[in-house]
Amino acid sequence: MNALLVSALWGVIMMFSGIAIKRAATIRTIALIGIAILLGLNLAELQGWQLVSIDTTGMLQFETYSLLFNTIILAAVLCYVMISGSAMEKIGNNLSDYLALLFFIICGMLMVSAFESLLMLFLGIEIITIPLYILTGSDKKNLKSNEASLKYFLLGAFSSGILLMGIALVYGARGSFALTSVADSIRLSSSLLVSGMLLLMIAMAFKVSAAPFHFWTPDVYDGAPTVFTSFMATVVKVAVFAAFVRLFDRSFALQLSTWQWWVAVLAALTMLVGNVTAVFQQSVKRMLSYSSIAQAGFMLLAVYAMNTAAKEGLLLYAAAYSLATIGIFAVLTRMKDYSFEAFNGMAGRYPWVAAALAIFFLSLAGIPLTGGFLAKFYMIKAALGMSLWLALFALIMAAVSVYYYFRVIQAMYFKPVTQPEPLVFDNLFTAQLLVMALSVVVLGLFPEWLIGLLYF
Amino acid sequence: MPINYYLFLSLALFTIGMVGVLTRRNAIIIFMCIELMLNAVNLLLVAFSKMHYQAAIEAGQLATQAGVDGQLFVFFIMVVAAAEVSVGLAIIVMMYRNVHSVDINFLNRLKH
Repeated sequence: MNALLVSALWGVIMMFSGIAIKRAATIRTIALIGIAILLGLNLAELQGWQLVSIDTTGMLQFETYSLLFNTIILAAVLCYVMISGSAMEKIGNNLSDYLALLFFIICGMLMVSAFESLLMLFLGIEIITIPLYILTGSDKKNLKSNEASLKYFLLGAFSSGILLMGIALVYGARGSFALTSVADSIRLSSSLLVSGMLLLMIAMAFKVSAAPFHFWTPDVYDGAPTVFTSFMATVVKVAVFAAFVRLFDRSFALQLSTWQWWVAVLAALTMLVGNVTAVFQQSVKRMLSYSSIAQAGFMLLAVYAMNTAAKEGLLLYAAAYSLATIGIFAVLTRMKDYSFEAFNGMAGRYPWVAAALAIFFLSLAGIPLTGGFLAKFYMIKAALGMSLWLALFALIMAAVSVYYYFRVIQAMYFKPVTQPEPLVFDNLFTAQLLVMALSVVVLGLFPEWLIGLLYF
Repeated sequence: MPINYYLFLSLALFTIGMVGVLTRRNAIIIFMCIELMLNAVNLLLVAFSKMHYQAAIEAGQLATQAGVDGQLFVFFIMVVAAAEVSVGLAIIVMMYRNVHSVDINFLNRLKH
């Protein structure tokens, strides 16, 4: 709760700091301090300490799971601002506004991981997406950015409409927006509930870019400024997944047999489309956006299985996937050319950066000893209890994903340099990248450090 | 009036909006269709709110709060829709400045 309040307040502070302060580095420092405070408050709340206590019964409920999830989200945002903050300055002159919007998005993300009422789900999702429309279009002179922003806006608003229709139908059946409420005995009630539930599922599938509702994702992620793509594809997507799981776990547990089959279809289709299309991409940025669809397919297995292993796995997945993808995008923002060839011979020129990148890609591919392996392992384990076929399909798709991730590693280590002009990686950047790579490995070796926090 | 009439009316409006989004090519008209979808939801929420209130009265609860939250939700939808309009129109204006058109057929630069 405290982090939620402070994130909204700090967003306002960031907006005003833009008027008073002109030095970009100072503004960035204020943002970093803000996120560190949020993280601290959230950790304090995990220990039971609260700054102010406000009664949010029936609207928001911050239990251990959502607080831990918020901690992961905030830690990922901290890494993101530290490593990519300087790249934001290059987009335009409004650094403080971008960071203010970032804080509002954080506010929305903290809401969707703890909602108890469909009203809060709707508000949280809108608070996340509306600033994202702006950030996507923040490169105002760039036509690709404009186009991505308009596309994202139209499809985002469209899916919000579907979400709202779902909420209205569920309300019709239940007479309350509370997640725990059950359908009352009016006529029509069961058909209203089921159709509302399916509309909610479609809307959430839109938001997490699950196939067949993924078609906006590659265009938007490709057109948006790379710094903000990094944010959208990682932290935001993971937060919306938390909402997806929470919604169907709390609210529709009784209808499990109706929706589970549909989620299985969504998961299989998403993994298939994401992985197979990623193989044919020529640009690393576009490959990463398809890879984010593919990873969403794996995370959908958590929604499908909906057991303890799935929920623990989602935490691990959130951490491992966000860290690795933020790291890769941080390197991409410093390159001019996003093609696979641009990575040629990187290992010889920048051994540390290449090593960190290799760890990130290995983690995304799910190679043992990295966080990504355990995350995928948990997901497949969770699905295995329900359906052998889906788990096997996920394994095959994980094998396909190795191909396109290893293309980059191969380019870095086994191809001669083709890019004449050198890239700029200062020591601080390299050190941060290595720390992130190290934490991905630590996650893979000692997942119980993270999972164990759930049970204290 | 039975709830079915409201349900059919708002579902019809919602479908008109949805078909409009999928078929029209002018960004402003698509935008209007989205607003139509949201307003169909508003209508349905208010109708359901009334229905739940009536059901509670008939069940013998006199000072009942049933159905109030449905109407509250409508206000939230209006506020969010207004926020969305302000951002959306800004995006459309930005687009217009660069390409001098609001036709979304222009949106094909991202297909390689």
